[in-house]
Amino acid sequence: MSESQKNPHRGLIFGLLAIVGGSFGFGYALVPLYEVFCEITGFGGRTNPEAVVVQEAPDLTREIRIEFMTTVNSYAPFEFVADRDSMTVNPGKMYFATFTATNMTDDGKIAQAVPSVAPMSAAEHFVKIECFCFNNQEFAGNEEKAMPLQFIVDPDLPEYVDTITLQYTFFDTERVASNN
Amino acid sequence: MTTTTVDSHTADDAHEDHGPPKGIRRWLFSTNHKDIGTMYLIFSLTMFFIGGAMAMYIRAELAIPGLQFRHPEFFNSMTTMHALIMVFGAVMPAFVGLANWMIPLQIGAPDMALPRMNNWSFWILPVAFGILLSTLFMPGGAPAGGWTMYPPLILQTGDAFPFLIFAVHLMGLSSIMGAINVVVTIINMRAPDMTLLKMPMFTWTWLITAYLLIAVMPVLAGAVTMLLTDQFFGTSFFLAAGGGDPVMFQHIFWFFGHPEVYIMILPAFGVVSEIIPTFSRKKLFGHDSMVYAASSIAFLSFIVWAHHMFTVGMPLTGQLFFMFATMLIAVPTGVKVFNWVATMWRGAMTFETPMLFSLAFVFLFTIGGFSGLMLAIAPADVQYHDTYFVVAHFHYVLVPGSVFAIMAGAYYWLPKWTGYYYNETLGKIHFWMSTIFVNVTFFPQHFLGLAGMPRRIPDYSVQFADFNFISSIGAFGFGLSQLIFVLVLLTAKKGVEADDRVWEGAHGLEWTVPSPAPWHTFTTPPKNRIAAEAFE
Ligand code: HEM
Ligand SMILES: [Cu+2]
Repeated sequence: MSESQKNPHRGLIFGLLAIVGGSFGFGYALVPLYEVFCEITGFGGRTNPEAVVVQEAPDLTREIRIEFMTTVNSYAPFEFVADRDSMTVNPGKMYFATFTATNMTDDGKIAQAVPSVAPMSAAEHFVKIECFCFNNQEFAGNEEKAMPLQFIVDPDLPEYVDTITLQYTFFDTERVASNN
Repeated sequence: MTTTTVDSHTADDAHEDHGPPKGIRRWLFSTNHKDIGTMYLIFSLTMFFIGGAMAMYIRAELAIPGLQFRHPEFFNSMTTMHALIMVFGAVMPAFVGLANWMIPLQIGAPDMALPRMNNWSFWILPVAFGILLSTLFMPGGAPAGGWTMYPPLILQTGDAFPFLIFAVHLMGLSSIMGAINVVVTIINMRAPDMTLLKMPMFTWTWLITAYLLIAVMPVLAGAVTMLLTDQFFGTSFFLAAGGGDPVMFQHIFWFFGHPEVYIMILPAFGVVSEIIPTFSRKKLFGHDSMVYAASSIAFLSFIVWAHHMFTVGMPLTGQLFFMFATMLIAVPTGVKVFNWVATMWRGAMTFETPMLFSLAFVFLFTIGGFSGLMLAIAPADVQYHDTYFVVAHFHYVLVPGSVFAIMAGAYYWLPKWTGYYYNETLGKIHFWMSTIFVNVTFFPQHFLGLAGMPRRIPDYSVQFADFNFISSIGAFGFGLSQLIFVLVLLTAKKGVEADDRVWEGAHGLEWTVPSPAPWHTFTTPPKNRIAAEAFE
């Protein structure tokens, strides 16, 4: 097109299109930025996604109450409960807890539990050594399964925190099959 | 248009010596900024009435407690569609229509810089809204998850879901193309002696708005694309089971959403900044400070988005930051309100319809600004959030704010478009009815919100009955009042002929061309007329 070669506005148009492209990319860039931000700071109740090792002396003078909450996502045909509602722990000591889930259908299912810790300031101090939430959980039709959690509360937990709520939501992964 | 393109025209093609082509071709293939402006304005008015009809349904349902009409899901569709249609179909295209008509006339340009793209950006809109409206008839109904489209709820939309996303993509495309056109026109096509700081306020605010659009519409496009791929292509941007986070959608959406509300108000600031000096017969007080205020508002609008998310969960430092940043916006906004009042101070004021709408704008928009400040207080917002108080807030800034400014602009420039004065009596009736009913509709909603009535519900507890009834009466009154505006338009060419200047106190290049403005204006750039058009 001879006209577009002469178009006196070309430079400006390309500049503006660059902003458009940049903004579109920026929207996507927010995704990893947000992830990194939450992981570093523990904002949003994020906890460690992988097993870690903690070596600090237990603080036997302090008692923290841990409350367990379970939710089943509306799409997931499961029953999902904590075997105990709560327990009292000393920071720095290792504890075990068990959760039980039942597949309510006759078909095999793959489930995923997603954790969240409240209050937010406790999130980075609630350290999971081993957790059923680290991996997908496979269920045969109607299978009932006990799933372990092994954790330590970091003694650096802020003074004012005396209760920590650990909350799991149980998802059917069929909707996100291509992940993990 | 330059003479270099003339030889590519066929004999019956239109160029500057001829009038517009006849019939439907004039509109379908139009590249003329005035014709496209007219189409935008008519489209916007049509959407205003369609969205308005939905509002009437909403207020009829809410007039008394209990469920009156169809099922609750349909009510949710109505609130969702009403908002999408009013924001993207009525308010934004109205301002683009005004921009098309007036920016070339205000800066002495023969047309928009990219006339063919202009045609595209308009004609995409009817397609987008055709698609959006067609979802009303789809299995599963129209989208009902709110105009903010939060996942996971919005992912439960029925067959309408991909159509919703596609329609939003098209609206965004149209806005971006329109915005690029505005920037290029303003930067490259001003009359030679019009420096940036000599530009009229309407053109100025549109330049800033266009940059906002270019910066944030692609972010919205990205957000809805992520929704789409989450639903159909196995990604998990917002699905917790796959490692995503639904809250992240809210961050991305509001990163677009807050600048978006300024996209809907900055051109309104521009319109009233034109009208108040004319009818006060005084120069706009503090023109340059108006420019700086609008620019700072635009800049700040990028760093306040999370005031929509105080209740989602945020660290204390985050809450404090977003609270103070939001309150900071009140400073440049206050500068603007102060300047409008100072412009009127000791002016020889008259109160024609455009001035009345502008005065109501200044007063009622400020009420919306105040309720905004209340909502910005993070600890208080925990109480107000998702109640009718928020509904009252944004309707005050959008209806007697943006919509009144659009009305004011339409009355102000109508004689320039048609060549005749509109019927002033009808205009005044339209104004008074609108102003009274808009307050009857939305003021009681503050009380409802403070008393705890949640937004987006089809039924409510009986203690809210009285104020809801008043609000519904107001809404029906407001809806009916807008029919008077149609009457004004239908009789627009029956009045007294207008001269070029139209309004005694009007200043600016647009008032130097004949009324009605001929199909082609400023084919040669105006020389040395800017200074003569300045006040004093
Ligand atoms: C002084 C200026 C303003 C301040 C401080 C302000 C503040 C706020 C805050 C804090 C909220 C969130 C309330 C909540 O959801 O709990 C809000 C909502 C809203 N504001 Fe404003 N605002 C201002 C001006 C405007 C303007 C000029 C517009 C549009 C023209 C606008 C449109 C909206 C809309 C549409 C919502 C609700 C969005 C939704 O949740 O659907 N605001 N505002
Ligand atoms: Cu906002």
